[in-house]
Amino acid sequence: MIASASRTPEGGYIGAPIPRREDARLLTGRGTFVDDLSMPGVAHAAMVRSPHAHARVGRIDTAAALALPGVLAVVTAADIADIDKPWPARMPSPVPGTRLRHGARHTLPRDKVRHAGEVVAAVVAESRALAEDACDLVRVEYEPLPAVASAAAALAPGAPRVYEELGDNVAVHIVQRVGNPERALATAPHTLRETVRVMRGGGHSMEGRGVVARYDETLGSFTVWDATQQPHAVRTMLAYLFDLPEHQVRVIAPPDVGGGLGPKASVYPEEPLVCWLARHLRRPVKWIEDRHEHFVSAAQEREQVHEVEIAFDGEGRLLALRDVFTHDVGMYGALVAPVITACTVPGPYRIPNIYSEVRAVYTNLQPSGAVRGAGRPQGVLVMERMMDRMAEALGLDPAEVRARNLIPADAFPYEVGMWFRDGARLTYDSGNYPELLRRALERADYAQARREQAALRAQGRHRGIGVAICVEGVGLGPFEGAILRLDGRGRVVVTSGAPPQGQGYQTAFAQIAADAVGVRFEDVDVVTGDTGAIPYGIGSFASRVTANAGPAILQAGGALRDRILAVGAHLLEAAPADLEIVDGAVGVRGLPDRRVPLAQVARLGNGGTAFGMVMPGGLSVGLEASAYFTPSQAGYSASAHVCILDVDAETGEVTIVRYVVGHDCGNVINPLLVEGQILGGVAHGLSNALYEEAIFDEQGQSLASSFLDYPLPSAREMPRVEMFHLTTPSPLNPLGVKGAGEAGTLPVTAAVAGAVEDALRPLGVRVNRMPLNPGRVGDLIHAAAGSR
Amino acid sequence: MSDTRAIALTVNGQPRQATVETRLTLVDLLREELRLTGTHVGCEHGVCGACTVLVDGEAVRGCLLLAVQADGRRVETVESLAPDPTHLNPLQAELVRHHGVQCGFCIGGILMSLTAMLRDTPRPSEAEIRETLAGHLCRCTGYQGMVDAVLALAAAR
Repeated sequence: MIASASRTPEGGYIGAPIPRREDARLLTGRGTFVDDLSMPGVAHAAMVRSPHAHARVGRIDTAAALALPGVLAVVTAADIADIDKPWPARMPSPVPGTRLRHGARHTLPRDKVRHAGEVVAAVVAESRALAEDACDLVRVEYEPLPAVASAAAALAPGAPRVYEELGDNVAVHIVQRVGNPERALATAPHTLRETVRVMRGGGHSMEGRGVVARYDETLGSFTVWDATQQPHAVRTMLAYLFDLPEHQVRVIAPPDVGGGLGPKASVYPEEPLVCWLARHLRRPVKWIEDRHEHFVSAAQEREQVHEVEIAFDGEGRLLALRDVFTHDVGMYGALVAPVITACTVPGPYRIPNIYSEVRAVYTNLQPSGAVRGAGRPQGVLVMERMMDRMAEALGLDPAEVRARNLIPADAFPYEVGMWFRDGARLTYDSGNYPELLRRALERADYAQARREQAALRAQGRHRGIGVAICVEGVGLGPFEGAILRLDGRGRVVVTSGAPPQGQGYQTAFAQIAADAVGVRFEDVDVVTGDTGAIPYGIGSFASRVTANAGPAILQAGGALRDRILAVGAHLLEAAPADLEIVDGAVGVRGLPDRRVPLAQVARLGNGGTAFGMVMPGGLSVGLEASAYFTPSQAGYSASAHVCILDVDAETGEVTIVRYVVGHDCGNVINPLLVEGQILGGVAHGLSNALYEEAIFDEQGQSLASSFLDYPLPSAREMPRVEMFHLTTPSPLNPLGVKGAGEAGTLPVTAAVAGAVEDALRPLGVRVNRMPLNPGRVGDLIHAAAGSR
Repeated sequence: MSDTRAIALTVNGQPRQATVETRLTLVDLLREELRLTGTHVGCEHGVCGACTVLVDGEAVRGCLLLAVQADGRRVETVESLAPDPTHLNPLQAELVRHHGVQCGFCIGGILMSLTAMLRDTPRPSEAEIRETLAGHLCRCTGYQGMVDAVLALAAAR
C-alpha cells in the first residue's frame, strides 16, 4: 500500500494509512537506540559467562583481570550480596487448581550455573574491548554436572535436577478438559494420531539487549535506559532487588528500540548488574549484548513435542481432540507460551470434546520466554497437521474439511471451554472464520491452483498447497494507561507506558489522540516507555498495546477535550457546547473570528491568570486527563493463509510460489502499520518453517550461535506476500480493535508443513517436525522411501 | 592490548584524523570516536549488514574492516544522505511512503547498499533489488516495503 498523509473520508485519522513520523529520524541516522545515546563518562561492562550448561561454581579468581590497566571492577556473586534475593516467578499459573513450581534463581548464581552462557561475573572497564580482555583473565573453577538439554531428558527417571529443591524438573503440569474426550475418542468412527515436534528458536531482533544505568548519589536514585519491551516490569524488579521505592528507579526504553520480538519482554541479570556497577563506580555503566550473547543468553521459545490425537466422523467432522505435550522452559521462564499453545490448538473449529495436557519442564538451556507468536504457532501447526491428515484419510479436500468444522459466524461469543493465559475463559469475542477462509481460497485461486498442481504432478514435479487457519488470543490485559495533556505550546502530549520496537506507536497513538481530542494529527506528540512519565504500565508483547493503550488514549482524550473546551468557554464567553477545536484553536462554531489559540487556552488552563491570582470563573487547573483501560479478557484475531510451493526432491529446497494472507484484527487504526506487522510476522514464520533452529547438544551446548549456523531469510528468500483484511470489530473495547503484532507468524509453519507434505504426497512423505530446511526435507524423503 | 596508529580519512566529506587501536573496527571508529551513530552493529560477524558504509564508493561491512584499513579512504555513512530529517532524499522518501522501515536499526546499512546499487543501476529489477537487499537482515519488515520503495523510485526515473 502507498501511504498518503490524510484523514479518512469520514474526516478522522483513525483508519487512515498515515506514513510514520518515526521514519525520518531513522532514515537519517538520528535514531535513539540505547547504544546511540550520548553518555559522558560512561564505563563499559562485559560479562563472564559459564561455558558449562550445568556445573558447580567454585572459586572465582579475579586478580589478573583487576590488574589489567583500565579495568574498574570485577564483581561476582559474593560482591553483590546486598541485592542477592531470589527472583520472583514471572507469572502464576492462570489455570485454577494448578501451580507453577518455581526454582530460586538469583542475579548471579550462588552455587551452580544452570545454562551455558549464564553470567557468573561482570567486568567493567574504560572500554568494551578492555572489559572483554579482562573477562578472559577471570578464572572460574567449575565442577561440571550432567545436564538435561531437552524436556524428554529432563523428564527421564533419575534425570539431573535443574533445581534440587523441586525434587524433579516439572515446572507446571496442566490438564484441561472439555466434554468427555475419553468416551468420544473410544467411540468415534475414525481416529488419527501424530507426534509433532517444534524446535527452539530465538527472537533475533537486529539490536540485541542493552542497558545503561546512572546512579545519582545525592538523590539515591537510578536512571536506567534499557532496550526493553517492559520498562515498568524492569523498574519493579530493580526496586525489589535494590530495596528502593519505585520512584527512585526510573527506567526508560528509548524512543527507538531495535526490535523486540519477545526476548526483550523478560528481565535479565545484566539489568541489576549494570545498576549495581553504576552505583559502585559512581559512573554511568553500559552493557550492550553482542550477537553471540543473544544466541546464548537471550530468552528463546518454541521447543515442544506434541502427542496429538483427533476423532472424527465419516463426514470429516471433529468429535474430539487429545493433545499431550511437553514444553521446554529452559532454566527459567514463564508459563506464557505453553498455556497459550494449549489454548491455540482448538483454533477456529468446533470441537465438542477436548483433552489438553502440558508439562512445562526445566532444562539446562537458557531461559525461555516468548518469541513472536509465543506458543501460538506450535498450536496452529499441531491442529492443522491433523486437519490435513483427516482430509487425506477421508479423501476430502483439506480446505473443505476445514470449512466443515469452522465455528459459524453467528456463534459469537464462542466459549471453547478452557482457561486462557490471561486467567479468563477462552472465549472468542468476534470473528467470521468461514468468510475469512472463503476469501483466502478465492484470493489464491485455489481451484485453479489445484488444477495446476495436478498438471505438474503428472510431469513429476512436486507442487504443494497448504491451507492454515487460526485464532489468536491478543490484546491481553491487565491494562495500559495514557496521560494526555495540552502543553504550553498548545500541543497535545500523549504519554503511555508500553514502549515501541518498530510498531509505530508515535504515529498510531497520535491518530487516536487527535480524533479523541479533536486536534490535528500534526499537533500531537507521543511519549512512551518512561516510568518517570507514567507511573504504571505493562509493556509491548502479546499483540496487546493497541487494544489496551488505544482505548485509554481515547478515554483520556475525551476528558481532555472537555477541559480544553471549559477553559475555551471562559476565554470566549461562550457555552462549551457551542465550541469546536479547529486548526490549533478553540472557536465558536460558525463564527470564524471568535477563536483563541490552544496555546492561550493552555496558558490559562495550566497556569492561571498570573502567579498569586485566583482562578477566574470557577475554573479548575490542569489541562490533563489520564485513563487506564482494563479489558475483561483477551480479544481473538484470526488468520487464514494459503501457501503454494515447489519442492525440489533432489536438493530438499523449498521455493514459495505464492503466499496469500487473510487477516482479521478487528478495526484498524492504521492499515499501513498493520500490513507492516503482518509482513514482518510472515517473514518470521517462514524463517521458523524453513530455516532457523537453535540446536543444542546433549550437554546443553549451543551448536548454532552465529548467523552462519542459524540462518535468517533475506529478501532473496522472502516471497511477495498477498494480503487482504476482514474486519469483525471487537466488542471488548470502544475502538473495536484486537491485535496484529504476531498474527503474520502464526499459521506459517502450519501452511508450509501442509504444503510440503502435499507436494511430496506421491513420495509418501510425512511432515511432523519443523523447520523444513533442505537437509530435513531430504531426510523426510529418505525416510519415506525406506518405509515403503 | 593493542598497538595504536594515526590515521587520516574523509568521512562524509570532512577530513578526519584519529589515533586508533589497530584492533578497532571501522564501525566502532565511526560510532565511538566520531559519534556517527546512524550506522549500527548487529552481529559483528559480517552477516546482518547493519554496519554497511561506503568506502571509496563501495558498500562494505563496517564490522569486518579495521579502522586502520580506512586510512586515506573516503567513507560515507547514512548521515551523508540528507542534510536533516525534513529534507529526505528520494530513496528515503519512498521508504517512508512504502513503510519500508519498522524498528529502523538495520536501515542505515541498507540505505548505503541501496545507494551504491542505484548509482550503478538506476532502474533495477525486483530481482536485482532483492539481490542487493540479500546482503542485509531485517527481522521486522519482511523486506516487501523496501523492495516496493526502490521499485517506485526506479519507475520514477
